[in-house]
Amino acid sequence: MMDLRPRSHPTYLAFVVHRASGLLLALFLPLHFWVLGSAITGEARLEGFLRWTDNPLAKAAETILVVLLAAHLAGGLRVMALEFLGWRRRQKDMVAISAGVALLVGLVFLLNVA
Amino acid sequence: MAEPASLKVSVWRGGEDGAFQRYEVPARTNQTVLDVVTHIQRELDPSLAYRFACRVGMCGSCAMTVNGRARWTCRTHVKRVVDADGALELRPLANLPVIRDLAADLSPFFDKWQRARGTFLPKQSPDGAVPEDFAVVPPASKARREADAGIECIGCAVCYASCDVVAWNADYLGPAAMNRAWTLVNDVRDGARGERLDAVAGDAGCHSCHSTQSCTERCPKNLDPSSAIAGLKRVLFWDTLLGRR
Repeated sequence: MMDLRPRSHPTYLAFVVHRASGLLLALFLPLHFWVLGSAITGEARLEGFLRWTDNPLAKAAETILVVLLAAHLAGGLRVMALEFLGWRRRQKDMVAISAGVALLVGLVFLLNVA
Repeated sequence: MAEPASLKVSVWRGGEDGAFQRYEVPARTNQTVLDVVTHIQRELDPSLAYRFACRVGMCGSCAMTVNGRARWTCRTHVKRVVDADGALELRPLANLPVIRDLAADLSPFFDKWQRARGTFLPKQSPDGAVPEDFAVVPPASKARREADAGIECIGCAVCYASCDVVAWNADYLGPAAMNRAWTLVNDVRDGARGERLDAVAGDAGCHSCHSTQSCTERCPKNLDPSSAIAGLKRVLFWDTLLGRR
């Protein structure tokens, strides 16, 4: 069992979110391309699938996916600012801003869904 | 917060495969964790091995794992790390071989300073002779400020023990060695920039850092090794892209 005590700080959590969101997005991508590919092979099947995604559970999953994507993007920009621009200061504020951006994007997405 | 009357201290005894031993230590005001360890060794169990020297946060020899976190014990007040139950858990620093009890072997840590070319090499006299004149380094220059930011390292290995990448990759140079390398990369008098950048590039060097920033979070001197490593990555990136290496 991993000892969480040495790792309990915001920038470590940001690292975990960035890594986990990246892995989940990598798992999602093949599914995404497979669905896009079905547009060429079977239009009716794609249409059926798209209608299926209108159900609330798929919409919820889609919202989580959007939040993951936004979190990965915002977290990636934060790390790039540290590494390429040398933004040393206020790292925890930058983590909070990245998290805020991700949740905001999720909320905006939800507004359009409703 | 209520102050406990006595501290229930679990201390790591033995080598890598040792175990915790319990001691009861009277709680006092303004007591540091090093005071607690010293009480155990002087009053309860003289066989306890631990390391300290200056007791004022200068020498970097008393670092241990206190309630799961690497800390300098001479400047860590017990009341900052202990709850009302008075429980204190002490282990040797992580990511280093255990000599015995609370004493970790810091040889791999300092070996990596050498591997990261942590030694200053005067540009004007690579043979080690004293340069003819003083080097002029403007205090406000960017390089000088970058070097200043990392120069107060006391070599306590708290960052090294807090770094997950060190735990994952035994060859990884670690935050302190690369912080040192970054101060020298920014030292305009230094003549080993190329070799040093070669030494810190690659899988065991700065490119393995995931910027979890545990080093920066835990450094007792409030240094920022994570940003120093980011600086090395940045210099290596541009130097490689522009063909300067």
